[in-house]
Amino acid sequence: MNEQSLKAQEVKEQWMLLGLAGPAVLLIFAIIIVPVGWLTYLSFVDSNGEFTLEHYQKMIEYKSYARTFITTFEVSILTTLICIAIGYPLAYFLSVLPPRLAGLFMLTVLLPFWTSLLVRTYAWLVLLQKKGIINDMAISMGVWDSPLKLAHNLTGTLIGMAHIMLPFLILPLYGSMKKIQRDLMHAAANLGASPIKAFWQVYFPLTLSGMVAGSLIVFILCLGFYVTPAVLGGGRVIMVATQITAILENQFNWGAASALGVVLLVATLVILYVASKLFKINSVLFGKD
Amino acid sequence: MSWLKKSASDTQITHGRRLWLYASAAIIMLLLVIPTLIVIPMSFSDSQYLEFPPSNWSMRWYYEYFESARWMRATATSFQVGFLTMILATPLGTMAAYALFVSGHKLARVVFTFLITPMIVPVILIAIGIFYAYGKAGLNNTIPGLVLAHTVLAIPLVMIVITAALRTYDLNQERVARSLGATRTKAFFVITLPQIKFSVVTSALLSFLTSFDEVIVAIFVSGGSNATLTKHMFAALRDYIDPTIASISTLMILISTTLLLATQIFGSKEK
Repeated sequence: MNEQSLKAQEVKEQWMLLGLAGPAVLLIFAIIIVPVGWLTYLSFVDSNGEFTLEHYQKMIEYKSYARTFITTFEVSILTTLICIAIGYPLAYFLSVLPPRLAGLFMLTVLLPFWTSLLVRTYAWLVLLQKKGIINDMAISMGVWDSPLKLAHNLTGTLIGMAHIMLPFLILPLYGSMKKIQRDLMHAAANLGASPIKAFWQVYFPLTLSGMVAGSLIVFILCLGFYVTPAVLGGGRVIMVATQITAILENQFNWGAASALGVVLLVATLVILYVASKLFKINSVLFGKD
Repeated sequence: MSWLKKSASDTQITHGRRLWLYASAAIIMLLLVIPTLIVIPMSFSDSQYLEFPPSNWSMRWYYEYFESARWMRATATSFQVGFLTMILATPLGTMAAYALFVSGHKLARVVFTFLITPMIVPVILIAIGIFYAYGKAGLNNTIPGLVLAHTVLAIPLVMIVITAALRTYDLNQERVARSLGATRTKAFFVITLPQIKFSVVTSALLSFLTSFDEVIVAIFVSGGSNATLTKHMFAALRDYIDPTIASISTLMILISTTLLLATQIFGSKEK
């Protein structure tokens, strides 16, 4: 065998291997790409099948659309910030524990992660409602006097969403914290940095990649979230996904619903693209080292 | 209280100065777990209303669930779809992950990114897209339709789990087997697969759960006598709070906890 035929054989094998991914590629093409492409087409045509931008123009003209987008971004940003504020200390705590304890306490993150989000949304509805446990306990302990409105509004939505999204932030963050060599902290201490200074100047920057990856996942999942805002928002928190279903249920207007979905998709892709340019997140999101 | 003064790490921090961290971590962990588990005691309540702690205990809501033909039908559908999704997504995802990992082809990265698009495209868009396309293809409210949709959602998860496992595995072992005359297929099944089998099991359990817990696609694509448990639950949640949901939730927590513990046990074996 000469070099050429070896090379040809190698190329052939590479293609055969790629072929193994074929069934998955075909399935995703048929079930994701074709339908989404179809909807994209529908968003650009009117009821007579002619090209139009009316579905997109409506988004600019009608105030209700603007409000939906603002609500969506507001909820997504707030949820992400809450997750960072709560998730960072917990991830840090877990990362400094000895492995056995860390594994045990990690179950407190994994248990909700594996539990149906419908179940957790339901639990929050039960906890937060007017005659719910939280109001009952707070009143009997004298924290507040009359029942607070915690569910069926923005507060309830944010609480529920933060709870559901938290594991998505903690897991990558924990991963990046575990990778940090403790020697770096020794070196910082040795060179005279106070623990706080060492944390901010050495430790924190090293956790940024995990934090950005986690925040991105949370933010992007929030953008298209449907169940929790629909149940805990009680019709008061209209996010894009809620509006899409409402348009389909009430008007059966595929063009308008698709246009909203397309805008959501484009927003997601732009955010991912910008973030991947700003930070080297590929390594975390796609697990490439 | 000498423990407080002991250093917590080999830098200068003492446990005493870290108390705030321990306290806040404890509170956060409680906040994560309690709302997940609170439905369990409530499901044993006797009352129409959800009260905590329940004034009278009973199995009433479990009877309500098990004696309802509608809930039973939906549960059977969910199990069926979950199982079929699992046996489809696991081999497809594993094959793709393995192929892309070992092939040095420059397209491999592109294909990998393509295969995880179901995680990037907002689920609501996927859901209405499939609903529309299935409308044309006559696949709405059918089991095969729902299984295919859930398989697509599960494949990226399988690929991520398997790729992670392959990364910690030394592929040279396969090369040795092949240099000794094994075909690539044989080398994979005899040498590689046994060493990543726990990750394969984990990804299978994840695929099942992805389908079993999936709500949005199911709301649109499943219906009639093939509606899933989650579709019925969502409808019940949006309209009124039916305590039967508490008993169903408890059973769902039981399932996910069992699967989670299974993966933990498998995971620790592989290391």
